[in-house]
Amino acid sequence: MSDSRNAILQRISRTLGHDATPAAPAVAQRINEHTRGPQPQWTESTRARFLNKLEKVAGTYAEVAARERIPHAVADYLSAQNLPQRLVLAPHPLLDNLAWPDGWQVERRRAVGDERVSLAVAFCAIAETGSLMLLAGPDSPATLNFLPDDFLCVLPENRIVPRMEDAWALLREEHGAMPRAANIITGPSRTADVEQTIQLGAHGPRSLHVLLPGEGCNSTAKADLAANSTIE
Amino acid sequence: MKPTSHAFSANAHRALHDATLQQALAKAGVGFVDKRRAAIDGLPEFRALREAGRNVKDHTLANLDHYLLRFEEQVQASGGVVHWAETPQEACAAVLDICKKSGAKMVAKGKSMVGEEIAVNDALEGAGFEVVETDLGEYIIQIAHEPPSHIIAPAVHKTRQQIADLFQELHHQPGLTRPLQTVPQIVDEARQVLRGKFLAADVGITGANFLIAETGSAVIVTNEGNGDLSATLPRVHIVLASIEKLVPTLEDASVLLRLLARSATGQEITSYTTFFTGPRRADDADGPEQFHVILIDNGRSRMLGGEYHEMLRCIRCGACLNHCPVYGAVGGHAYGWVYPGPMGAVLTPLMVGLDEGRPLPNASTLCGRCEEVCPMSIPLPKLLREHRRHEFARRLTPPRARWALAAWAYCAKRPQLYRRLAGLGMRLLNFLSGGRGRFRSLPFASAWTAARDLPAPQGDTFMRRWQRRKA
Repeated sequence: MSDSRNAILQRISRTLGHDATPAAPAVAQRINEHTRGPQPQWTESTRARFLNKLEKVAGTYAEVAARERIPHAVADYLSAQNLPQRLVLAPHPLLDNLAWPDGWQVERRRAVGDERVSLAVAFCAIAETGSLMLLAGPDSPATLNFLPDDFLCVLPENRIVPRMEDAWALLREEHGAMPRAANIITGPSRTADVEQTIQLGAHGPRSLHVLLPGEGCNSTAKADLAANSTIE
Repeated sequence: MKPTSHAFSANAHRALHDATLQQALAKAGVGFVDKRRAAIDGLPEFRALREAGRNVKDHTLANLDHYLLRFEEQVQASGGVVHWAETPQEACAAVLDICKKSGAKMVAKGKSMVGEEIAVNDALEGAGFEVVETDLGEYIIQIAHEPPSHIIAPAVHKTRQQIADLFQELHHQPGLTRPLQTVPQIVDEARQVLRGKFLAADVGITGANFLIAETGSAVIVTNEGNGDLSATLPRVHIVLASIEKLVPTLEDASVLLRLLARSATGQEITSYTTFFTGPRRADDADGPEQFHVILIDNGRSRMLGGEYHEMLRCIRCGACLNHCPVYGAVGGHAYGWVYPGPMGAVLTPLMVGLDEGRPLPNASTLCGRCEEVCPMSIPLPKLLREHRRHEFARRLTPPRARWALAAWAYCAKRPQLYRRLAGLGMRLLNFLSGGRGRFRSLPFASAWTAARDLPAPQGDTFMRRWQRRKA
């Protein structure tokens, strides 16, 4: 296989008339500068843009007064959708020590495939397209985003960034390196493979519901999370 | 798959007389075109993005070796493995090797056009692995034992009834009473059957829409979420990607993502856009233990810097298929190999040989709609003409066409002769038409006159009228 590697690289280098190196100046410059392409513009606020776009892709949302009210918002959703009181939660600090109603079956783990409803926490949201970004990790197992029928996701309010490029800047600032998976999720799962008719819930969630807590729940940055936990 | 591109004419004839196919094509065509139009009208920055996207690709291709090395370095740094394959055989061998070493039995596959190109399913099945396509469209054609007929909507040629019948036949078990008529019922049936496959699979294979040199990430866009399930649930994730998928940074990928979904389905972004980087980390709760990227050349490094260089900018959105009057009339299977439509007519002769793919560049009026809608501004008609030029130079053109072209060229190079002959021909045709100005039928031109009249020339030649006006 290394013969193929050399053959491919040599052929390219010969055509381009230089020697291949991962540290070529043109390449290093490009990668370090993170130059952005043309940025789509809009007039509404970042938050309004996000919520409008989310609704356009069949996502729903509910505003939550404070972090402690998340269980109430979930309860509202479950009863409106006539769903059983069973929930699998991301092991995310923001969901620590929440008071779930008696009799509910609440587990904190990854999903294995038979869960109806999951609840996770987004890293941020992208207003331009109404998308959520989740970073796979110990506090955000990616299976929760894809296996359950109903995917509920907490989005702390000041985590809406205007564009995808802003999300990358935030990721570099707060995490440095890429997680195993950075999931940009825009609405529920869908397919148009049968006669171009759009049908929700192909393999992933049939519905996507975003919870937007307000006061006292305004960041998922690690320092703030620690602070949040101690408040409880 | 064994190409049948040489038989395009017969394939196309069959397709035109296939009433079910025509019904399916009629439903698909307009939808794609209108949705793309609306998406682009809604984004004033589209033109600027198109220019920027083209620059991203041109810059990457001009430094492709550097970026490949940088990508490899980053994949390794995140715990992944890069495999290099010059040919489809090498790529399949690498996949089989990984599957065998990990003791796999079942492979879940996300849609991958380069996977079709290297025929990885045949290789896996030949080696005794069970392969399940998980994109609904790909699953439908897999159980129908057909190749995809569109690069983003593989089962676009199938009607709902045909799909329902396929499912009925294959999934039928004693006692199965699930109704299978409406679109939701069909999608739900596939969801239930494939969910079990996802959970049982040992290896997940996906394609990649982009590879990011900066981070060593593979980007996969889907609407169904099948790519993410294929990449998350099995123990091993294999990414199949051709070398021109590279882009430098996350910002560069962001430019191309804005162009891709709009050009493909008219969406602003697909439901799922995921950046995969390496296997699961030590404290992750899920994700694969192994992450492999197979970098596939299959002739691309030879295209670099040559006549077909611009084709390496292609991001596989399918807009050229959706806007092509020929594709719209005959569908994808007539093209006889993996890639149909204008982009396929350029790629197929390069990948399976001009002898086999010869008819495809000729099955075009060079109307130019493909180039107009291409988000990467690939001059597809120019590339089709390149193929025709090579075909003529290599004497692959059939004798009758060669002679006709040679005769025309002889006259065209001699203006006096050309004008005299044109004048003669005109008067002759006018005489033969009996002054009616049209032919209902004409020897050697029955293909034209079977469906419509052929206008007969009247009056005088252009040159003579021009001279009279000047005088």
